[in-house]
Amino acid sequence: MSLSSSLGLGLHATLGALRESRSGLSARPFETVELATWIGHVDGVDDVILPAHLRHFNCRNNRLAWLALQQDGLMEAFSAARARHGAGRIGVFLGTSTSGILETEQAFRRRDEAGNLSPDFNYRETHNTYSIADFVRHVFDLAGPALVVSTACSSSAKVFGNAQRMIAAGLIDAAIVGGVDSLCLTTLYGFHSLQLLSTEPCKPYDATRNGLSIGEAAAFILLERGDVHAAENDDVLLLGVGESADAHHMSAPHPEGLGARIAMRTALQCAGLQAGDIDYINLHGTATPSNDAAEAQAVAAEFGMRTPCSSTKGATGHTLGAAGGAEAIISALCLRHGLIPGGLNITQRDPALHVNYQLGNVATPLRHVLSNSFGFGGTNCSLVFGRRGEH
Amino acid sequence: MTKTFPVYLLGIGAIGPGFADWPALRAILREEQAWSRAATQVPALQVLPAAERRRIGIVVKLALAVGLEAAQHADRDPALLASIFSASNAEGENCHALCDALAGSDRFISPTRFHNSVHNASSGYWSIATACVAPSTSLCAYDASFAAGLLEAAMQVANNSEDCLLVVHDSVYPHPLGSVRPMLDNMGIALVLSARPAAHALAKLNIALSESTASPAPLASLAPLQSGTPGGRALPLLHAVARGLQTTLDLEYLAPLSLHIGVEPC
Repeated sequence: MSLSSSLGLGLHATLGALRESRSGLSARPFETVELATWIGHVDGVDDVILPAHLRHFNCRNNRLAWLALQQDGLMEAFSAARARHGAGRIGVFLGTSTSGILETEQAFRRRDEAGNLSPDFNYRETHNTYSIADFVRHVFDLAGPALVVSTACSSSAKVFGNAQRMIAAGLIDAAIVGGVDSLCLTTLYGFHSLQLLSTEPCKPYDATRNGLSIGEAAAFILLERGDVHAAENDDVLLLGVGESADAHHMSAPHPEGLGARIAMRTALQCAGLQAGDIDYINLHGTATPSNDAAEAQAVAAEFGMRTPCSSTKGATGHTLGAAGGAEAIISALCLRHGLIPGGLNITQRDPALHVNYQLGNVATPLRHVLSNSFGFGGTNCSLVFGRRGEH
Repeated sequence: MTKTFPVYLLGIGAIGPGFADWPALRAILREEQAWSRAATQVPALQVLPAAERRRIGIVVKLALAVGLEAAQHADRDPALLASIFSASNAEGENCHALCDALAGSDRFISPTRFHNSVHNASSGYWSIATACVAPSTSLCAYDASFAAGLLEAAMQVANNSEDCLLVVHDSVYPHPLGSVRPMLDNMGIALVLSARPAAHALAKLNIALSESTASPAPLASLAPLQSGTPGGRALPLLHAVARGLQTTLDLEYLAPLSLHIGVEPC
């Protein structure tokens, strides 16, 4: 697995930032955006030159993906998995919300007088939502099932469910899962239009939180059937997936976090665990007033005040369709290294949120971690991870 | 030969160019009615509060209409169905409006347009309209979006033994995206699938991966519909079901794969 975000490229940079309680957010400019906001920008994305045979996939989202694939030996690890299982026995299930839409946003500015796009504009391999899975399938010359899940900010959490089902059914032996989302005008101006964008670095669970900071990230994880992979002690296991819908509103969560409760409870049931077995919750924690209030109610109802929890979006920003995969990897790092990361940018815990929100890092062995991802449309997904030594 | 996954098809919904519902498409597939390429008509909705109805785009209307038709046909309460919404473009008109506004000088975009621009708008409005809190997902596999959705439905049925609604739907992009991603017309196909047989089941589908060539359009006249929309890729399957055929066929999936389906009438 590997994560590249504004915290840096790869696991070493990510873990280092978490240990140093360092945020990747900055007030730096992006493209032609004129908004007073902080972003989680990944440096070096525009310097990426895709190999000639993949050049038609060129867009910010796929360049970010390529950059991330060069970290932590992923190219070698995924190629080795292909050799081990066969090209047709590896699925590709990735999440994104906006794919390569930045290409289209820019192409619309360059339309000719008749409103036509430039002849070199390529829709299918850049803007289309399937592009990122198509790209990864081509990078590794895979021939198995593939799809993109695009359920806004739960996208790359839900892909774990797709992979788990297909592996359990015996149709594949392994899957590349995760998510990639990159900065674009649609999300920056869109969240601004909803008055959900903070003018400061986002402050999850703070009493004065006033919105999110958008980030970009690429997260890739190789999931393999436990019995076909030589067990290693630092293996992290996917133990449970819980999915639900709010059935409430397109852009506001259910006020009592009803769907979030169902997702967390289902993930625990799937894992065969009780609430008390979870040692840390990586919250969705976007820092919008309504998200954190609804999520805290749901967590308090299922876990009470005991379980330590925090949002890492103060560090990475909200990476939208990549957030589920990014936070799955952060959860795995926490399990491996015995770390509860304190939430960043918080000065005053919101007294109305009755959860055990962590303000500073704690070094402690962890057995199980639960990660929450919720999205527009009332889509919810909770994941439970554990260590091989415990199971 | 790879594993085969059996699912029972309990109900169908369909709206597209030249057909207003499944009975109309079934009549075309049975050659009781010739297909004419009339523009897709999406009926007025009876669900969602009026304020919400005014805000939704064509692809959400399609999803709600075909989803409800399939649930009714299957005699299933939509509030109890897990759901999968699969699309290539999803809401074309909305995407165009956002990109157009962002190319302008003030870059003002409507907050409603923005939250309706998510690929899972249909899934969100479906869960609100039907008060359904069951898992719901939104997929994309470009022209393979039908086969990807059906395979995921088979996986959900195999793993959870719960009834599942599959909606494969798309809308056309206005110019200029419509020129780089042409699509015949707006179209939606919905299937209700179950692990268990039911008295009114339409067919048993035995689904497997294959590397066979995808089956051609079941009627030569329907070739533009099959190749012109992701949902049209379902036509060989819908043809077999409409005619009560016992047969095998292959639906277009991601090269080199096809979805190999054995169809047994119930």
